[in-house]
Amino acid sequence: MTTYIIRRLIIALIILIIVSLIVFFAIRLLPGDPLIIFLGQQATQGGISQAELEHLRELYGLNDPIMVQYGNWFWGILHGDLGTSLYYHEDVGVLMGDRFPLTLHLGALAFIINIVVGVLMGVAAAIRRGTWIDSVTTTLANIGVCIPVFWLAILMIYLFGLKLSWLPIAGYTSPFKDFWLNTQQIVMPVFCMAITMMATTARLSRSSMLEVTRQDYIRTAWSKGLRERNIIMRHALKNGLIPVITLLGIGLGMVFAGSVFVETIFAIPGVGRLLVTSIFAQDYVVIQSGTLVIATIIILSNLLVDISYGWLDPRIRYG
Amino acid sequence: MAELLRVNDLVTQFKTESGLVKAVDGVSYYIDEQEIIGLVGESGCGKSVSQLSIMQLISAPGEIAGGEVIFEGQNLLKYEANGPQMRSVRGAKIAMIFQEPMTSLNPVLTISQQLTEMLQLHMKMNDDTARKRAIELMSMVGIPGAENRIDDYPHHFSGGMRQRVMIAMGLSCNPKILIADEPTTALDVTTQAQLLELMKDMVQRFRTSLIIVTHNLGVVARYAQRIYIMYAGRIVESGTTKDIFANPHHPYTIGLLKCIPRLDEEEGTKLVPIQGLPPNLINMPSTCAFLPRCSYRLEKCAREPWPPLTPVNGNHYISCYANTKEKSK
Amino acid sequence: MTEKDITAEEFQEAPPRVNEWRRFLRVFLQRKIVIFGLIVLFLLVFSAIFANLLAPYDPFRGILADSLEAPSGKYLLGTDIQGRDTLSRLIFGTRTALMVGFVTVGIAGVVGVTLGLIAGYFGGIPSMIIMRIMDALMGFPMLILAMLFAAVLGGGIQNVVIALSIATVPGYARVMNGLTMSIKENDYIMAEQAMGSSNSRVMLRHVLPNAVPPMIVLVTLQLGGIIMAEAALSFLGIGIKPPGAAWGAMVNDGYRYLSSNPTLSFAPGIAIMLVVFAFNMVGDGLRDALDPRLRGIL
Repeated sequence: MTTYIIRRLIIALIILIIVSLIVFFAIRLLPGDPLIIFLGQQATQGGISQAELEHLRELYGLNDPIMVQYGNWFWGILHGDLGTSLYYHEDVGVLMGDRFPLTLHLGALAFIINIVVGVLMGVAAAIRRGTWIDSVTTTLANIGVCIPVFWLAILMIYLFGLKLSWLPIAGYTSPFKDFWLNTQQIVMPVFCMAITMMATTARLSRSSMLEVTRQDYIRTAWSKGLRERNIIMRHALKNGLIPVITLLGIGLGMVFAGSVFVETIFAIPGVGRLLVTSIFAQDYVVIQSGTLVIATIIILSNLLVDISYGWLDPRIRYG
Repeated sequence: MAELLRVNDLVTQFKTESGLVKAVDGVSYYIDEQEIIGLVGESGCGKSVSQLSIMQLISAPGEIAGGEVIFEGQNLLKYEANGPQMRSVRGAKIAMIFQEPMTSLNPVLTISQQLTEMLQLHMKMNDDTARKRAIELMSMVGIPGAENRIDDYPHHFSGGMRQRVMIAMGLSCNPKILIADEPTTALDVTTQAQLLELMKDMVQRFRTSLIIVTHNLGVVARYAQRIYIMYAGRIVESGTTKDIFANPHHPYTIGLLKCIPRLDEEEGTKLVPIQGLPPNLINMPSTCAFLPRCSYRLEKCAREPWPPLTPVNGNHYISCYANTKEKSK
Repeated sequence: MTEKDITAEEFQEAPPRVNEWRRFLRVFLQRKIVIFGLIVLFLLVFSAIFANLLAPYDPFRGILADSLEAPSGKYLLGTDIQGRDTLSRLIFGTRTALMVGFVTVGIAGVVGVTLGLIAGYFGGIPSMIIMRIMDALMGFPMLILAMLFAAVLGGGIQNVVIALSIATVPGYARVMNGLTMSIKENDYIMAEQAMGSSNSRVMLRHVLPNAVPPMIVLVTLQLGGIIMAEAALSFLGIGIKPPGAAWGAMVNDGYRYLSSNPTLSFAPGIAIMLVVFAFNMVGDGLRDALDPRLRGIL
């Protein structure tokens, strides 16, 4: 088991390095003088003299060979220096640190709802295959996968915010300051994120459980006289949920993707919104570091997923 | 020995998109206490389906369409398929072991878990007793170092070993009948022989009756007391093993025996395969299914429905119109 | 009693011959929902081709006087702030959706299949390099990846296509890699190699054609996602902007006028849903008809 973990860890690190390379070089592939890009609007307005530009060029290390630049940047990252935002003029680390809890709050809730409801629906549909439970669940899941998360958000705002005035349509106050308000504020964003994820989870759980129930060892279990509940819980589920664990990895990605829209529409200052504003502000420092942080989180979570595969499926531990 | 199980006119069919497949079309047989019988036939003849039907392990698109399975005075088919009565029979009174040892055990549960759950369910043992008994059973079926291996997973065992575990599982609750569905087909010849000997020993020890389902006449020759030959969902010949081998009557049986090389044959004797192909079971005609391949056919065979089982002598029955003993072909 | 010999041929019941094409069609068209999907797709393509004829008004230039009209007999789905007819914009939006979808899939398909084929066939170092890069790209949610590349490259339909292609390639490469590896195990491949066929010949004539059916299914299933991603990008403002007719951008535009003219946002959203749904259903149908065993994988 340990060798398995170590191998997975090394692969994850390699992938991280590749990601950092991609992130770093993607931005430098842009046409034009990188210094101008880095300085953004100011430089192009012609407010800075040539000499100052040269000075800044040195300061930013842009005269060094590109690999050295990469090295410096990477070294900085390892020491927690994520750079200074061009737009906000703040340390990126601080910026992200402020926003992370919000995204985490929404994401975690959405994720939990997604797993609980999605898996239940999928498993129920599988073990009651062909009945109305199956048809309804499958149809809902199939439709759910097609709903654009931003459109759903707008729909909910229209219905619950504008027409019925049940819920606030924007903003986020800390749950520690005003728990009730916070709860009202997050209901819609969390549900938007959850519903799109739920559909995928339900589909995957269903197809996975269906596969499992067709297996020989399930037939053996029936022949032993066990009851259905026992067979599902002990024999089928553990096998059937293995692919669902993959969803935990994908789910995190979906949370980030969803947060981009949900936070923008509901005006919640989280990581997703930061990414969007940075893109429009052409704040490459934030884009660079932010992407790396998100990628790191996703890769680490995929690593955890891989490891839990090993724990769940004894055959893999030695593979 | 008293009669243990009697199957009367069992019919199991499958609704496919191409038509109705009568996998089991009116099968009747019986088994006594402490008896070993063989159910022989080629792939697709319905022998496995008939056994699964007894245990009501048939699921959609298959359904048991008729017949009765009398066991301990009750018709098992009257029980709800997965209801408490059927479940109390499965594993505890009638147990089954399957063909594919590689896939018939749950890969994510230990052997201990898979053995003890039956003991706890049917024999109401507690954890400790169940575990001890499980280790005993594993030793009985010839798995060395059972105490250490009981917490291993199925993939740690070879095919032969897994099949031994299945045998242990099957006999763990002292069932009256053990059904072995092609137990050795997936294994190599040496392992086959070992396993069959083991099964014979075990059922003798446990005083269990054994139904061996196989396509291999050689397997039943040595171990079974009576044999049923199946073709296209029906029984075409039945009798004691001695009788059938010495005096086969049905053209199919004769054909089968001609295919098997024998040590006591003259050198140079050719093996004669049965001409033709196995039948397509979709929407079968009502006449004898073996007709296209039969060298003893009569005009009568094309007109009349499938011949009923008639005795030729004593306990020896055949389903045939022709008198195969007169012709020497 | 004399027996008349009846020839075996008269009674030989041959197994029914199955026409592969017929069987495929039968299974494919079995479910009504798949047929529904096909109809929607047909309408989609039809609208895209004949948009000029179908749209009642000019989708790009509106009549300012008719700005923000509610749905009526004149403007079936109302108008936006510039007086542009929503219905016409929806119809022209099909062109954007289809173009982005197919071009993306085309580019990503060629690149992804090639990469996956090479990685799966040669294994070893090429495989490691290629697949690790693919893994790295897949670490990102597709949307965020597309967003980043589109942002870096700038807006506009070209760059959206490139960004989406980059985001889609890893998925294709991975599946193709897996397919290649399993096809390679077949004996006929080894036979070809033993005969002295060159690697490229084996790859192109033997491995690739066998991978086509599952890849077609994958492509169809993903088209919906790509169209959704494009809509998401244009919603954010990266990508196709007005006066271009893109459904995502329309949803964004309509957001400002949600209380007065909700149709502006709802209509394009429903269009997106319908199209994605149709592609998904048809993809499912294709997969079931080609090989139901793929149900777990694709």
